[in-house]
Amino acid sequence: MTPNSGLLAVRDVSLSFGGTAALTDVSFDVQEGEILAIIGPNGAGKTSMLNCISGFYRPQEGGIFFKSADLTKTPTHKIAPLGIARTFQNIALYTGLSTLDNIMAARHIHMRQRSVESMLYWGRAQREEVEHREVVEGIIDFLEIAHIRKSIVGALPYGLRKRVELGRALALESDLLLLDEPMTGMNVEEKEDMARFVLDIHEQRGVTVVLIEHDMGLVMDISDRVVVLDFGVKIAEGLPDEIKNDPQVIQAYLGEV
Amino acid sequence: MSVLRKRWQYVVLFVGLAALFLLPAYSSESTVSFVNRVLIAIVAVQGLNILTGYTGQISLGQAAFMTVGGYASTLLVTQLGWNFFFALPVAALSAGVVGLIFGLPSLRVKGFYLVMATLSAQFIIPWITRNIYGDILHGAQGLNVPVPIIKLPVINNLCFFGTQFDGELGACVYRFATSDQFIHISLVVVILSTIVAHNISRSRLGRALVSIRDNDLAAELLGIDPFAYKLKAFFIAAVFAGAAGAMLAHNLRHINSVTVNLTDSILFMGMLVVGGLGTSLGPIFGATLVILLEEIATVMSPWVISVLPDNAAGATAALRPLIFGLALIVFLIFEPRGLAHRWKLTKAAWRMRPFSR
Ligand SMILES: Nc1ncnc2c1ncn2[C@@H]1O[C@H](COP(=O)(O)OP(=O)(O)OP(=O)(O)O)[C@@H](O)[C@H]1O
Ligand SMILES: [Mg+2]
Repeated sequence: MTPNSGLLAVRDVSLSFGGTAALTDVSFDVQEGEILAIIGPNGAGKTSMLNCISGFYRPQEGGIFFKSADLTKTPTHKIAPLGIARTFQNIALYTGLSTLDNIMAARHIHMRQRSVESMLYWGRAQREEVEHREVVEGIIDFLEIAHIRKSIVGALPYGLRKRVELGRALALESDLLLLDEPMTGMNVEEKEDMARFVLDIHEQRGVTVVLIEHDMGLVMDISDRVVVLDFGVKIAEGLPDEIKNDPQVIQAYLGEV
Repeated sequence: MSVLRKRWQYVVLFVGLAALFLLPAYSSESTVSFVNRVLIAIVAVQGLNILTGYTGQISLGQAAFMTVGGYASTLLVTQLGWNFFFALPVAALSAGVVGLIFGLPSLRVKGFYLVMATLSAQFIIPWITRNIYGDILHGAQGLNVPVPIIKLPVINNLCFFGTQFDGELGACVYRFATSDQFIHISLVVVILSTIVAHNISRSRLGRALVSIRDNDLAAELLGIDPFAYKLKAFFIAAVFAGAAGAMLAHNLRHINSVTVNLTDSILFMGMLVVGGLGTSLGPIFGATLVILLEEIATVMSPWVISVLPDNAAGATAALRPLIFGLALIVFLIFEPRGLAHRWKLTKAAWRMRPFSR
């Protein structure tokens, strides 16, 4: 049943809200180990695509296949354990928790302690807290956010919150990482840091990355392949150089300006 | 949050607990019964804190689940002849199951609508105790509750550990008849419930609950099943309430459908807000302060009567809710994060001395 080819296969996905079609017959593959960028003008359906993959939206038609599971039929909370992590365009951190606890919270799926063990804080529960704390401290060091590890994230500046959210996604140790505009709203320096982190994650951890980004220069620099959406339709797919010169893509972007 | 770090903190804790355990030896009966009431309220509010403070699910059913615990424990002791110390945990668990049922709407509804759903517990459960199984539950009149006892065998014609020979039972017996004795039960339960609540807050379970409170959609996408954890929170909250209800019934020696009622559910919520939602110490601070205010209201009533002799009864009755309401408003305006937050700031300032004022 699973159409082979790649880690993730999006097949004929259509999603609409009432009258508006957010996605129409979108199909593409994500190859294992690549960085795939999804680009397109505002309202093109990029976030909707990620939401379908992570089970937040349910497309009316089509299927999304990941490791022989159809994600469109998988309960939302069972998608992360399959090996999919994500960040959000508008940042969806646990605002009342510290940086450390936000990232610890993402270790949930890797912990085995039952709720009763949590209550007694005995044996496995205590051991796990220590083990997973070490993993989390590693992520904190990697992202250079040690200075804010005890800060409540709700009060952090935007750029740092984005970084904490990346850390939380990393803590899932997923095979596929979905990043929704990780660099938007940042200054040049922060953007460069973020791009470096994404490349390092990709290289050191062998994570496959799907990235939504508006900054064309960045997209061309870091992605292996690009998928272009416009009004919910895939209008192009290919190598960054091909996309740059694709007349339809130029048209879509010029049409917007 | 309030992990003890230094040795002196353990010493303070130990001395404090010892002082509480020995309270009946050096305090008046009214002081002991006051502390006892605070302790029982702490357990109920700690449960509510798990549900509302950590999980963000507002509930006005806590008193109803106390009623379940109180009746369950009483029936286990009177009908089945169980010892109170076995009846207490089983009664708490039965309240937990009932809490679970009233938590089911949380699958569908949030916020205001969930409050309404939990409020229904506050009407349904007392109604059941009044109108069903009248031969066992004795309707509105309620049940008389036996004194908890510890029974020990007679050894060499002697009784040990402060027990006394009871000819009727043919054994050595210790009776938790008044607050002077009962306070030791309350203290042990509060110590256990505080440890459990604290463990929840620092482990996988607690983080899952807070994740749901702070962003249920993100939590779900990060692999946490919101519905399962909301139900766990409802269950735990009701278990705490059940334990509190069982203690209250056996302390008061009587329970009926209004022994704990909607007003108490609201008071618990107030205690939690005043103490600090979602903090380990909040329930302890909140329950202490609010019950202290009630005491003050009682002390003040003769004065109110002297000022308003024409409407003495009305003014006295209004004093408690008036003071409670005022305290709540003052906290919501000046210290919305509760006493626990103030305590944290004070502690931080103390650690930073002499650089802080
Ligand atoms: N929950 C929703 N309810 C109704 N309409 C929605 C919803 N989510 C998305 N849409 C609509 O679907 C279309 C695609 O939106 P989407 O957020 O996926 O675009 P996007 O490509 O991520 O845009 P941007 O670059 O601005 O983030 C838009 O017309 C949007 O209004
Ligand atoms: Mg978007």
